[in-house]
Amino acid sequence: MSHVATIVVSILFDGLAYAMFLFITSVGLSVTMGLMGFVNLAHGAFAMCGGFFVVTLTRSLGVAFVPSLVIASVAVGVISVPFERYLYRRLYKSTDLEQVLLTIGLAFMSIATFTYFYGPIPKSVPLPDWLKGDVNLGFRAFPSYRAFLIVLGVALIAVLWYAFEKTNIGAKIRAAVDNRRMAESVGINVDLLFTLTFAVGSGLAALGGALAIQLFGLTPSFAVLYLVLFLIVVAVGGLGSLKGTLLAALVIGIIDTGGKYAFPVAGNLFIYAITVIVLLIKPAGFYGRE
Amino acid sequence: MAVSETKPRDAADIETRVRAADYLIRRHYYRWPEALPWLIAIACYFVFPDRMTFGSQLLVMVIFALSLDLILGYAGIVTLGHAAFFGIGAYTVALGFLRLGWSEPISGILVGGLVAGGVGAVVGWFILRYRGLTLLMLTIAFAAMLQESGNLRSDITGGYDGLPGLSFTPLFGFFDYDLYGHTTYLYALAALAVIFYFVRRIVYSPFGQALTGIRENVRRMHAIGSPVHRRLVTVYAISAALAGVAGALFTQTNAYVTLTVFDFDNSAKVMVMLILGGTGRLYGPFIGATVYMVLEDYFSKLSPTFWQLGIGLLLVLAVLFTRRGLLGLLEDAGALLNKRKNP
Repeated sequence: MSHVATIVVSILFDGLAYAMFLFITSVGLSVTMGLMGFVNLAHGAFAMCGGFFVVTLTRSLGVAFVPSLVIASVAVGVISVPFERYLYRRLYKSTDLEQVLLTIGLAFMSIATFTYFYGPIPKSVPLPDWLKGDVNLGFRAFPSYRAFLIVLGVALIAVLWYAFEKTNIGAKIRAAVDNRRMAESVGINVDLLFTLTFAVGSGLAALGGALAIQLFGLTPSFAVLYLVLFLIVVAVGGLGSLKGTLLAALVIGIIDTGGKYAFPVAGNLFIYAITVIVLLIKPAGFYGRE
Repeated sequence: MAVSETKPRDAADIETRVRAADYLIRRHYYRWPEALPWLIAIACYFVFPDRMTFGSQLLVMVIFALSLDLILGYAGIVTLGHAAFFGIGAYTVALGFLRLGWSEPISGILVGGLVAGGVGAVVGWFILRYRGLTLLMLTIAFAAMLQESGNLRSDITGGYDGLPGLSFTPLFGFFDYDLYGHTTYLYALAALAVIFYFVRRIVYSPFGQALTGIRENVRRMHAIGSPVHRRLVTVYAISAALAGVAGALFTQTNAYVTLTVFDFDNSAKVMVMLILGGTGRLYGPFIGATVYMVLEDYFSKLSPTFWQLGIGLLLVLAVLFTRRGLLGLLEDAGALLNKRKNP
């Protein structure tokens, strides 16, 4: 393979893995924001929470990596329910500003709490042997962990797509995103539906947070540090759109990986530039409603 | 009969208009309690002579919060990227000194304000068509882009290591800066007074009324033919200019600036200060910035972790129980007392 092709393939591969992380973490935020129009800046905190659960499960309790991913996601999904029921619910009809303040307050509190228990030093997780090293795909070798990320991401996309497009609950969610009042008047319990999607979304965020440990390391400030990234994916993709979130995650993941490869000093400049351009042209994102 | 019907309606109409005008003019009068914050600020100069550096930073944050109040509190524009304009002002002064040798401080803050205001006008013209999450993301992305661009050209901006060794000529060529920041404090206080007078004029003008109208009900303002977008861009540019002045003062009081002025944290911090004090009221920024800075100064020395927990808890409680900030609480308490006195 020529030199250029090798580079392009690695950028695409790494970009795809990065995009899967972005998609898994952001998709819940997109659906909940589309359903309730609720600006949830504490979403990153749920992701961070999932990450630390996995750290504790693997390091202190000796649970294997993959089972602990599942346990952490379910646990965070369950934990998120009371937050939605008792805190968020009060503010659905409030202004953006009040929602921003409440949720950023929660994010600060979670950072402080986790700093108290885990300290500010980045954490890592022990990976099983089959996720270390490289996997050979015939024409060349790729890092196993990123390949795992891509496979997991594709599988989740398939499951979510099926749940969203083919099941009864998925149809109800789509109806509620389209027109909440109409959905309620035909007898859909939107409140319950929302609690459910919120829990699933937070659980997925926790999974994303746990998967990110190996990519970026995990500190309590993860809750705010990567939050802007999730919000960008949601805003660029369009609220409440699975397709949009996936497309935005792919665009941002691949362009950012390529940009960082070509101009390492530019940092996240490419991400922000894409965001501004897309939002100026399509203010509701790729697949959002104007 | 028809004539007698229209006449009293005209009279009533005129009376309503006169009363409305009267109301606006009366609101604009200065009241005695308004002298209080200024007297306290001057008293601090004599009571805490060794804390004047902290005092100057506090006054800079009051100006910054006041600039945010103009767009967030009065016009209802929710932004998490106001640090962009603070940073532009800060770097205009710093680079003006390093590249052009511009060391006169007062013209420095004016230029800092003008540059930030100009950028604010252009950015505002683009982004103020949008609302909600889209607007929020655009403001965050703009500030972040400036920070990343600054980092890209760290040969000019000094990057995260910053630009040290800035120095400015004495005020009016006479009052030199002392080590304890006495001159700086009075300088910042004077700047705050001028800016406050300006903001107060805007808020009580018909333009300010139109902004409040936009905040309360955009559709109705459109319906009565108010040029909503133009007004929003105007106030955004003014607010950006004031944030730029705050940034310029920040650079001058610290004689040092780094790219962290563009931080998301900086934008969030100023918003928290404003919310704490109370939005949409002129003295909210004074109380909010003072309470925040004093608590931060005290608690972050004890334990930064608890400080962060405390500020988060404060925000959650503020949203759930007092939506109008500390000043709102004071007003509620005052109203309760009045009720007890004359039921």
